[in-house]
Amino acid sequence: MSEHSEHIVSPIVYMVIFFALIAGTTVTVLAAFQNFGQFNIVIALGIATAKATLVVLYFMHARYSPRRTQLVIVCAVFWLAIMLALTLSDYQTRQQHLSRIVPPAALYRA
Amino acid sequence: MSTAPLVPEHELPDTHYLNATYGSGRSIRAWLLTTDHKRIALLYLASVTVFFFIGGIFATMIRIHLLTPGGALVSPETYNKLFTMHGVAMIFFFLIPSIPAILGNFLIPIMIGAKDLAFPKINLLSWYIYLIGGCFVLYSFGTGGLDTGWTFYTPLSSIYSNSAVTPAVIGIFINGFSSILTGLNFIVTIHTMRAPGMTWFRLPLFVWAHYATSLVMILGTPVVAITLLLAGLERMFHLGFFNPSMGGDPILFQHLFWFYSHPAVYIMILPAMGVVSEIIPTFARKPIFGYSFIAASSIAIAVIGFFVWAHHMFVTGESTYAALAFSFLSYLVAIPSAIKVFNWTATLYKGSISWDPPMIYALGFIGLFTIGGLTGLSLACLGLDIHVHDTYFVVAHFHYIMVGGAVMGYVGGLHFWWPKITGRLYPKALSRFAAIVLFIGFNLTFFPQFILGYLGMPRRYHSYPPEFQVLNVLSTAGASILAVGYLLPMLYLFWSMRYGKVAGPNPWPATGLEWKTDSPPPTENFHVTPVVDWEPYDYRNRPDLGLAAGGPLAPAHGDD
Ligand code: HEM
Ligand SMILES: [Cu+2]
Repeated sequence: MSEHSEHIVSPIVYMVIFFALIAGTTVTVLAAFQNFGQFNIVIALGIATAKATLVVLYFMHARYSPRRTQLVIVCAVFWLAIMLALTLSDYQTRQQHLSRIVPPAALYRA
Repeated sequence: MSTAPLVPEHELPDTHYLNATYGSGRSIRAWLLTTDHKRIALLYLASVTVFFFIGGIFATMIRIHLLTPGGALVSPETYNKLFTMHGVAMIFFFLIPSIPAILGNFLIPIMIGAKDLAFPKINLLSWYIYLIGGCFVLYSFGTGGLDTGWTFYTPLSSIYSNSAVTPAVIGIFINGFSSILTGLNFIVTIHTMRAPGMTWFRLPLFVWAHYATSLVMILGTPVVAITLLLAGLERMFHLGFFNPSMGGDPILFQHLFWFYSHPAVYIMILPAMGVVSEIIPTFARKPIFGYSFIAASSIAIAVIGFFVWAHHMFVTGESTYAALAFSFLSYLVAIPSAIKVFNWTATLYKGSISWDPPMIYALGFIGLFTIGGLTGLSLACLGLDIHVHDTYFVVAHFHYIMVGGAVMGYVGGLHFWWPKITGRLYPKALSRFAAIVLFIGFNLTFFPQFILGYLGMPRRYHSYPPEFQVLNVLSTAGASILAVGYLLPMLYLFWSMRYGKVAGPNPWPATGLEWKTDSPPPTENFHVTPVVDWEPYDYRNRPDLGLAAGGPLAPAHGDD
């Protein structure tokens, strides 16, 4: 199968992305020295995701790929999201009990 | 092709894929280096059968051991190894590759009118990867065995077990790539290599089922491969992924393991459903009822199958909310399965049914799969599962689906396409008899296990209270009948390769493209690229099959 259409990307684009990634790394390192409490992980993962997106879009040429390839990528990410979301549905609620929603006291009062 | 319903004497074609002299011809070397999907299918047939035997020997020893309450055969430690190695051999090296890598490999290109799979060399590569993975696992079996259960739960597998866990997880990791490559090959082939006129909605349902299976293989297998590797790394280098004392979480292992292994049960059952969807219309002599629903339900099963995994963890400490969600989602996945069962039944309605051996297996599949699926629903019910979790009820549930369903489909599919694969027929009366022996032996083996489990007999214990002995003896008796039911087909199928009556291109007859070419097919599958201008399963409008249009359709073959 030889229907590959090689898209020529100018070196300038690569350089811009490269420096964006370096900047992302710097911000990650700086952020690691600050304590944002609960948001530590959100910030770290947010930057990492943004960087990964740039790599997939430009370095892996997803931006210039046929629609079908893009669809496959989107589906894969969606599928990963299922795995994370449903697993977190356990971890995020493991300490809670139904009795928190309906406090036992409320049950007895009436 | 003759229009008479009684098929006259046939002769084998002069050259076909089995005797073709391309490459270095018929030598062992030509087989081991072949890129012909049909020959690779036979390589898989041989190696998968070896693992079926190995797994079968372990199963036999388990059943003999359980004849007496105290355990009749082996030490408790050995018993743990027996059920573990039984599960690993049967699931990863027999059931997962069985239908896709043998029948799928052989049939998908022919069914869509292609000359081979899209990547023939990768196809051969996946067989070698399978063999390498298999060698690692056999090495583990031979040097200390494996006692963690096929589920490899941490921290047992990663810290405490004294058995040969490391080579086993490496073997399963390697073997995973074989699945992934097979799935990839199927998807690309189905997308790009269909013959002219073979539109998506003219694809045989067998192909749809394999498309769905391939999706699961590609998306799921990497997760289990990495997860087992992590457990192996924790074992070898004491990295803390799952070990709480090193900051890990043992339940994370179960999440990741079941994220693959529940969908993996659909890797095992979907191809069998594809087989049944081919057999039922052929021997009911009717177009399949609800073609597009059956096709879509395969995809739905593959997708929803990914949403239900934590129903294996209801009693392992997952949160109540997650358990509620997973219970609900597990009920959802039964809907597409039920759609298939209803459509097969509707296909049978007012059909002209003939009792050929493949049909007996297909009907057996429908009944046994239904029992297995419905008990799955009972297990997905939170309250009930607390009672029967990790009892023989679960064992019976999944054997009804995997043995009664998937293996029935596999053996039935072998019987259906054997004349195509080898060009020869097997003794019909004997094979009907074998199918019935299999059915009886199966039920006698596994039905008592439902009762045992409900009464509270735990699984994976080497001994049991004396009051459970009667049911256990029944189960062992059934297992010996079941063994006869498997040995008989092996013997006469093997015999028929040389001595069976020559089958001709379309012995049943059936409508699929694979029946339009020689039996056995030529290396390039078709002498001329076929053009498809008919609808699938159109048993009403195919005069070329020798079936009368309209009126009562005669079963169109001679007797034994
Ligand atoms: C109708 C859809 C199904 C539902 C709702 C269902 C539900 C369940 C549930 C809730 C369990 C866990 C029981 C427990 O450990 O307490 C279970 C176990 C199991 N099921 Fe199913 N199941 C379904 C279909 C299947 C299919 C199609 C297969 C195989 C082809 C299968 C194979 C298994 C296996 C192997 C186990 C036991 C795993 C182990 O712990 O070793 N199930 N099922
Ligand atoms: Cu499951």
